[in-house]
Amino acid sequence: MTDHKHADAIKAVPVRHPWRWVATAVIVLLLAMFINMAVTNPNFEWNVIGEYLFSSKILEGVWATVWITIVAMLAGIVLGVVLSVMRLSPNPVLSNVASGYIWFFRGTPVLVQLIFWFNLAVLVPDISLGIPFGPTFVSWDTNSVITPFVAALLGLGLNEAAYMAEISRAGIQSVDEGQVEASSALGMSRTKTMRRIVLPQAMRVIIPPTGNEVISMLKTTSLVSVVAMPELLYQTQQIYARTYQTIPLLIVASIWYLFLTSLLTIGQFYIERHYGKGSTSTQAPTFLQRLRRNVFRFHSPPPTPPSSTLLDAHGGVR
Amino acid sequence: MNAPMVKSEGVHKSFGSLQVLKGIDLEVQRGEVFCLVGPSGSGKSTFLRCINHLEKIDSGRLSVDGELVGYRQHGDKLYELKDRDAAKKRREIGMVFQRFNLFPHMTVMQNVIEAPIRVRGESADVARARAVRLLDRVGLSGKADAYPRQLSGGQQQRVAIARALAMEPKLMLFDEPTSALDPELVGEVLDVMRQLAVDGMTMIVVTHEMGFAREVGDSLVFMDDGIVVEKGHPRDVLTNPQHERTKAFLSKVL
Ligand SMILES: Nc1ncnc2c1ncn2[C@@H]1O[C@H](COP(=O)(O)OP(=O)(O)OP(=O)(O)O)[C@@H](O)[C@H]1O
Ligand SMILES: [Mg+2]
Repeated sequence: MTDHKHADAIKAVPVRHPWRWVATAVIVLLLAMFINMAVTNPNFEWNVIGEYLFSSKILEGVWATVWITIVAMLAGIVLGVVLSVMRLSPNPVLSNVASGYIWFFRGTPVLVQLIFWFNLAVLVPDISLGIPFGPTFVSWDTNSVITPFVAALLGLGLNEAAYMAEISRAGIQSVDEGQVEASSALGMSRTKTMRRIVLPQAMRVIIPPTGNEVISMLKTTSLVSVVAMPELLYQTQQIYARTYQTIPLLIVASIWYLFLTSLLTIGQFYIERHYGKGSTSTQAPTFLQRLRRNVFRFHSPPPTPPSSTLLDAHGGVR
Repeated sequence: MNAPMVKSEGVHKSFGSLQVLKGIDLEVQRGEVFCLVGPSGSGKSTFLRCINHLEKIDSGRLSVDGELVGYRQHGDKLYELKDRDAAKKRREIGMVFQRFNLFPHMTVMQNVIEAPIRVRGESADVARARAVRLLDRVGLSGKADAYPRQLSGGQQQRVAIARALAMEPKLMLFDEPTSALDPELVGEVLDVMRQLAVDGMTMIVVTHEMGFAREVGDSLVFMDDGIVVEKGHPRDVLTNPQHERTKAFLSKVL
């Protein structure tokens, strides 16, 4: 009827959020006070921090921390998924073994496990391969097998597996039974159904808590300093034991931990976005898009997706 | 060979103390459209699931294409089939579900080619070529790259039919394929099934669509409380039911 092209565009004064401005002002003020204190307080020894931040010892430690995190996490994920599949298996032997494993490793502190692995030689002086109760073929000195790195890996990885098993079990159980039914009806075996149909869908539920596990693992690696594994905290301690510059060196370590966990958070975001495919009709915004929206939210809230999309996003979860 | 496609003799099935099937006797002939109707909870889905061994029967005999379901006979002894062998037999029986059960993380094309490639070991080219034909047959050639959630219920169910057909089954089981659909979408799915019947597929259809049963069905069985109450040609059963229970049920759905 009308020739107004924008006849149906709504013009309205958007909701104002004055308290957000007040809160921001307060936070900025507090931050400014803190920075001022940090800069003017000589105990922070910023020059020392600058001196050590990229020193070779610290970088070696950072590298070791990253490396243990990756390997222990991979071991934890693989073993955890296997454990969860075992636990849900109709075979009572498998499911009981998995339950026992989870019970044990979740029930003991990881620090105790680490020290235990490191001191394995006390319990079993050498490790041998052979026929049970029969002849042995090869044998190694336990102390040469269980290096600090192996002890760290065993302690962190085996412990992580117990937690990943629970996460993965929740993920597998979140997948609609109809999926297994449809897959079986097509003639797919139990293993193929698990690998091709169930696990990929379980990923959406498994990934977010796994991201948290990685971040927490990165920080837990600091515990392996007790088994003399030269990771970030151990290297830091080595330096300040010599120079007594404890606080600045702990700040150096913290800066690195913060940097690494921030990287992980960004990575986690993109992986979650990837696994959301097929579950929502529109893709989630990228990290930068989301950042931009949050920054400009003072003026107008970001457009909310239609409610059906929101429902869809959680449809597969429960 | 004129042996029936499905032969069920005294099939019983219980879940714990709940007896769901209490002796089902019936035969489904080759090329037949066999409709199964009955009130909710009468055991229709359970019976379909027994046919492709998603459930194990407790007693009686159930055979598909002359072979026992879930067991191997050697002399007069029965041996339970291993998971893998049971899976092998399921390939030849297609199943379509009320809630579609498409794989949501795969595109329409991937849904259709998954089993031919993973189970039958076909090459991607062969599987894809057949999928293209099948999607065309169910009227969805333009949707190969869509994800299930981007499709309407009717479209999803037609993909599910194409996915089942991709295994070139000799028998198709339909468990209330239109019950989850908006009324205006029912027709497009029934059209595909009608065409399948014309092409000579043996089909067992659990349905509340009496119009479809009357028009396309070759036989109709009314099940109630785990037994077959009445069977016959759909026209006869639907217009002239013999049993009180059939009459009572039909008066509600017709
Ligand atoms: N896995 C199971 N465990 C326990 N009870 C079950 C199971 N599957 C089905 N039942 C029960 O068996 C009975 C028959 O179920 P079935 O699904 O075969 O009925 P139906 O005729 O298909 O009904 P509907 O029309 O509602 O689909 C119901 O009482 C149901 O609760
Ligand atoms: Mg049913």
